[in-house]
Amino acid sequence: MKNSRFDATVLTLGFAFLYIPIIILVIYSFNASRLVTVWGGFSLTWYQQMWSNQGLMDAAWVTARVAVISATIATVLGTLAALTLVRFRKIPGRLLFSGMIYAPLVMPEVITGLSLLLLFVSLNVDRGFWTVIIAHTTFSMCYVAIVVQSRLLTFDRSLEEAALDLGCPPVKTFFRITLPLILPAVLAGWMLAFTLSLDDLVIASFNTGPGATTLPIKIYSQVRLGVTPEINAICTILIGLVAIGVIAASLATKRSELRRQRDEHAAAQG
Amino acid sequence: MAKSLGPVKRKFSPWTDPTSVPFIRFENITKRFGNFVAVDNLTLDIYEREFFALLGPSGCGKTTLMRMLAGFEEPTEGRILLQGKDLAGVPPYRRPTNMMFQSYALFPHMTVEKNIAFGLEQDNLPKADIAARVEEMLKLVKLEQFAKRKPSQLSGGQRQRVALARSLAKRPKVLLLDEPLGALDKKLREETQFELTDLQHTLGLTFLIVTHDQEEAMTVSDRIAVMDKGVIMQVATPAEIYEAPNSRYVADFIGDINIIEGAVVSNSGAASGGVMLDCDGLKVVVDQECPASAGDRVAFAIRPEKVRLGIDPPTDTAVNAGAGEVWDIGYLGDFSLFLVKLDDGRIIRAAQANIQRLVDRPLTFGDRVWVHWSRDAGLVLTR
Repeated sequence: MKNSRFDATVLTLGFAFLYIPIIILVIYSFNASRLVTVWGGFSLTWYQQMWSNQGLMDAAWVTARVAVISATIATVLGTLAALTLVRFRKIPGRLLFSGMIYAPLVMPEVITGLSLLLLFVSLNVDRGFWTVIIAHTTFSMCYVAIVVQSRLLTFDRSLEEAALDLGCPPVKTFFRITLPLILPAVLAGWMLAFTLSLDDLVIASFNTGPGATTLPIKIYSQVRLGVTPEINAICTILIGLVAIGVIAASLATKRSELRRQRDEHAAAQG
Repeated sequence: MAKSLGPVKRKFSPWTDPTSVPFIRFENITKRFGNFVAVDNLTLDIYEREFFALLGPSGCGKTTLMRMLAGFEEPTEGRILLQGKDLAGVPPYRRPTNMMFQSYALFPHMTVEKNIAFGLEQDNLPKADIAARVEEMLKLVKLEQFAKRKPSQLSGGQRQRVALARSLAKRPKVLLLDEPLGALDKKLREETQFELTDLQHTLGLTFLIVTHDQEEAMTVSDRIAVMDKGVIMQVATPAEIYEAPNSRYVADFIGDINIIEGAVVSNSGAASGGVMLDCDGLKVVVDQECPASAGDRVAFAIRPEKVRLGIDPPTDTAVNAGAGEVWDIGYLGDFSLFLVKLDDGRIIRAAQANIQRLVDRPLTFGDRVWVHWSRDAGLVLTR
């Protein structure tokens, strides 16, 4: 009894620590008062204001495009990297390559951002929309590679051999057999790359240029001039989007798990 | 009168006809993985319409040999000929062989129907032809009502049938079966073994099966190659493998057997006195043609079911007989296995069919008994 009360306390404290700041942010986004920390009654004015704030909306649109494009490129490249690392065990220096895939995970973002900036400067590339995309692709690619790699390690190679054996050439085998089966991991990699790009501030601010201000950069620069409830409103919307994504993904997994159990039950019955 | 080696499944023995041309030929095949030699300078002929089994413990190279025929591995040395054509450099998707995988390797994202149609679709056959063939295959393996199910919605036995149907759909010249029945329970396995043989006879295809289960190899195949450490120990019909193994290894690997080491006393051929052995005091005479000469160390091998067991001494107690006591009994229902400890301490296994439900004088632990056998019951092994 004593023990379970202790558990409950720890659990409550843990969750409070995680979620109270977010809850406060959400509550204050509905604040009628102009002052961020004083409650002045419920209102949706800041959401209206946010919609009519052209700068904020432009930044959101840039961020969305950057995230979709860079996540897509990163997914293609990351999947190819994972395939190479898992399948071609005999290439010299494979261990070095697979180690290098993990490097961007532990590399401080400042360094990644700075090194890319130096690269663009030395190549004399004008910084803007596309340099942000290249930068985001570079650092999110390794996350995709790792997610896809772990799926490929448990992939039953005899499925591909069966396809080859039945007369299907290798490239077609990849698209007909391998890709559909690793697709959940590839999509998870895409989602990861998308969210990473969405909330990146450091790398983007190093590599952005005029006309390519992303939402995190915009929010950060506005906050330096003082927090407006508008920021709370857009953050609440972001939280809502992420929450919907996470819940949808977990519901989908749960449903497929249930279906698998039902199938197995049906199979056992004959 | 010449005695034969027991049952023949069908009148089919192209390997005894010197004019017949092998369908598949492994010619001096060696396969190395790094320093490990999986297959060691192996030569083997398989004939058209033959049901051929590669039998051996895991790691003996049997699966590697099959994978080289399918095209998943290239031989390090030697060549593989199919109908006289060298298969070197031909990728798996252009070989006229199809394989049934040990794990079945059914495509989990496709229905049973789609799985079976997959190979046919690769040949760009007209849709109607594919549908007809798929239906025919489903009928063949009795899975018509499961066409729309996914593999995860099937039982183990049903999955195995889908895998079989898929590998047969393209009518391959050779069907390769990699431990096909390993995942099934005993009853289902036996049933499927007979179905496989029937299927092979009806379709008239060449089947090559890889297995470590000797019963399975004996039931289904026309000939068996027993392998050990990358080399073939013996290639023969199931009856020959069982009744006339050529070495201690094959004798021991197939079924239960007593192997008694000894030395040749005299050898005067099967017709005139047979081979006399002295196995540390136990005198054995075998009517057999055998290359061994006096003084050679050999082994006398005899199957438990060919050892007679009785309380009364046999007429001749000097040779092929020994006295001892019942040391252990294994009751297996259809027969009982008696472990008899001879007076010199050696243990002889003797099997007795339980032909009566009730016995007057059952043998039990510690009973004094005699074991004896006829001169053609056992055989001398020189290898």
